Amino acid sequence: MADGPLRVAPPPADDAVVVVRDVWKRLGTTQALAGVSLEVQRGQVQVIMGPSGCGKSVLLKHLVGLLRPDRGTIHVFGQPVHALSEDALDALRMRVGVVFQSAALFDSMTVAENVAFPLRRHRRLSGPALRARVDELLALVGLTGAEALLPAQLSGGMRKRVGIARALALAPDLLLYDEPTGGLDPITARTVDELILRLRAELGTTAVVVTHDLASAFRLADGLAVMDAGRLVAVGTPAAIRASTHPFVHRFLASGAQVVPA
Amino acid sequence: MDDGTLARAPAAGLLAATGRAVLAGLADVGRAAGMLAHAWRWVRRGHLELGETVVQLKRIGWDSTFIVLVTGVFAGMVLAYQTAGVFLKFGAQGFVGGLVGVSLAREAGPVFTAMVIAGRVGAGIAAELGTMTVTEQVDALRALATDPVRFLVVPRLLAAAVALPVLTMFAEVVGAVGGSVVAVAAGIPSGSFWASLRQFTWTWDLYAGLVKSVFFGLIIAAVGAYRGLHATGGAEGVGRAATGAVVASIVLIMAFNYFLNQLLFRVR
Repeated sequence: MADGPLRVAPPPADDAVVVVRDVWKRLGTTQALAGVSLEVQRGQVQVIMGPSGCGKSVLLKHLVGLLRPDRGTIHVFGQPVHALSEDALDALRMRVGVVFQSAALFDSMTVAENVAFPLRRHRRLSGPALRARVDELLALVGLTGAEALLPAQLSGGMRKRVGIARALALAPDLLLYDEPTGGLDPITARTVDELILRLRAELGTTAVVVTHDLASAFRLADGLAVMDAGRLVAVGTPAAIRASTHPFVHRFLASGAQVVPA
Repeated sequence: MDDGTLARAPAAGLLAATGRAVLAGLADVGRAAGMLAHAWRWVRRGHLELGETVVQLKRIGWDSTFIVLVTGVFAGMVLAYQTAGVFLKFGAQGFVGGLVGVSLAREAGPVFTAMVIAGRVGAGIAAELGTMTVTEQVDALRALATDPVRFLVVPRLLAAAVALPVLTMFAEVVGAVGGSVVAVAAGIPSGSFWASLRQFTWTWDLYAGLVKSVFFGLIIAAVGAYRGLHATGGAEGVGRAATGAVVASIVLIMAFNYFLNQLLFRVR
């Protein structure tokens, strides 16, 4: 198969997969992003955390051109996402998997059809090869046997995992997670976090995770950024963020003090 | 406060509100035209998503057959009922079939069918695509390198443009049959009804009616898709999109009907 599923890309040292420079975006009357700059290195899990409505999901959508910035530049794999045509963006989007907050499964399709969707559209696979790839992806997220179920029949955690399997279908080099543990109970949330870490370990995929869940953020992050009202107020390693004296960071971490490992 | 301010303030507010509504309407028209141009590019490139188009043909066409037949037969019956009595009084029973045929072919067939489909299918398209929009499924399509206009809009436009003329023909046939039954009941011989219908209904009337119905199909699918893809704000927004789609497509169908009549049935 052309796109080996468990491909471990040898990470060339210290190159940025995502480079965001001074991005501004107004949505309606809200300044959703106000001068955001961020770099994500290959093979890293970069977590962006902040309260609801701070603009972190908006930032994530800019990385695959679902939203266009009013000002500023965004480069992903060296390509200027802010300036690409929709056709050129589609080529880039095949290298980027997006896991949506609500999982965004196509509700008229079964689990297997959802996972097969990107493969049917962008890969020429024979019937048996397609089925094998879908089985493999569902096994990866621990959902073997759920092929024939419809999204409405799944629990929140299962939906998230199907969303992850679908995002992995084209073997992306970059994964974007929008609130992967949002709306899940703490135990299910932990299993989703473990899945994200396992995928990073097994596939070596770079990831950007947006979350307001502090416990999840500290479990996942190689790099952490804290967002407030459209600005990144602190960017650094988890240890550096924990030691930060910035008043908002301090307040935000204190709000979940019991879940932040010391 | 002087009287002038009092009098001016509400007027200025009304003017501003009207201005805002007109601007918003124009912006909608512009964006919808952009969507259609985008859809046309896919059609020209031959990217037609045949599988999806067949699914939509079934939903828009086949699934609407029953309601179209029912409205069609009653439309024909009421046309015959309203005319037969009067025409008989003037000894003009030889014109009843012609009147029913021409009315069905030119107006009643295409317009009634379009109204029924606007309610049934236009609302359905807006609600379905609206739900997909507010639950991020449309974003998911784009993130999976699949253009929503190509995958969702083009198949619905094609299916509606094909289904509407076919449904209109069905409505016209059963309408004529319904009309003949009422005419016979009123005392007009069946042979006279059908001979009159054939004599007065020209092929051009049929063609022109079907051409109109192609436009009506495109209007219904385009308005439904546009309202759906621009739905915001959860379940309430989806409801607004569905209602808005029906209202807007009925208004557009009536307006286009007038202007298409000017083009197709120009009095020479």
